[in-house]
Amino acid sequence: MTAPVSPTPALSAARSRLLLDTAGIAVSAIGFGFVFGLAARDAGYSPIEACAMSVIVFAGAAQFAAVGYVAAGLPWAPILVLTLFLNARHMLYSASLAPRLRGIPFLHRAAMAHVLTDEAFALAATHFHRLGRVDVPGYWIGAILGVFIPWNVATLAGVLLGGAIPDPSVFGLDIVFPAAMAGLAVGLMTGRREVVAAGAGAVFGVLLSLLAGPALGIVAGGLLGPLVGMAMPDTGGHVVPDSDLTGLPVDLDEAMSEVGDLPAEPVP
Amino acid sequence: MSTNLVLLAVLMAAVTYPSRALPLLAPGIERLPPRALLYLRLVGPAVLASIAAVQTLVVPTSETSWAIHVDVTAIGVVVCLALVAWRRNLLLGLVVGVVLVAGLRFAGLG
Repeated sequence: MTAPVSPTPALSAARSRLLLDTAGIAVSAIGFGFVFGLAARDAGYSPIEACAMSVIVFAGAAQFAAVGYVAAGLPWAPILVLTLFLNARHMLYSASLAPRLRGIPFLHRAAMAHVLTDEAFALAATHFHRLGRVDVPGYWIGAILGVFIPWNVATLAGVLLGGAIPDPSVFGLDIVFPAAMAGLAVGLMTGRREVVAAGAGAVFGVLLSLLAGPALGIVAGGLLGPLVGMAMPDTGGHVVPDSDLTGLPVDLDEAMSEVGDLPAEPVP
Repeated sequence: MSTNLVLLAVLMAAVTYPSRALPLLAPGIERLPPRALLYLRLVGPAVLASIAAVQTLVVPTSETSWAIHVDVTAIGVVVCLALVAWRRNLLLGLVVGVVLVAGLRFAGLG
């Protein structure tokens, strides 16, 4: 007996489903954008500076990490090096989409790249797979309505409302930043090597902070930890982590395999 | 209102954008050696764990010296960490960690 072949969903039905997925991502982006705003304010960011991070950088883990770097008094050069390394995984998503989008005009692709987050990729890849082809407006729906707008509005709310709380530690809000960092690290642990790299990063970070200060310790932990992780045997596991921005259980490995099966956007 | 960090945001974007854009704009450019890709994959968890551990455990004792200090903050972070590992839900971990620490402090334990 052969399995029934489900018909390709119509565009309107696929976009309706995309909007539902987008709403779920948006709720989570609001929560974490707000937390970022609070943490940034606590580290001394002005509202303009916090919003500039969310609009211009628009990368959750790197933004949270920068709060820690700035609070630790790290010079800008190592902050930029660590940001480069931390965001290098976006290359996987970009490379996964590239063959499907080669028919899109260059400037359009350049604009799409700015909003290519973990969530935007997961939403787009899932939507394209349901539809059976690339849908560029669908990409923008997920990236802008699901992530960019909620993340930025919530950042502004967090940094402004955080100012109304005279002593955040009374409400336990001072643990938000380190706890968010620890939780985001867990989201990136997809195998033994990642766990070992994180553990080694934490140990190197603390030990070298005691010797030379937190600024050096954090950088050393981030750069030496991976070397220890690389010494571990590979246990397989996932290729890409869970979402860095919201910690949502989006399966990016699945999304990458799905988008790889789609036909390319025709060259005009 | 300070705007000094706006320039940092611009520079951070300048080092982030190529990862997002280069494969889309110049296909094939992302083909780095496997060891380099593995290292880049491990930087994320390592640097975030390093920040979390240092922010939680290291406190200054003078302008040039630092020490390990464990208080209720560490309990909150560990509880959050455990919940995220168990439930894969960061928001849940943060809420429980914050409420726990606030409760402990309210009870005079931190």
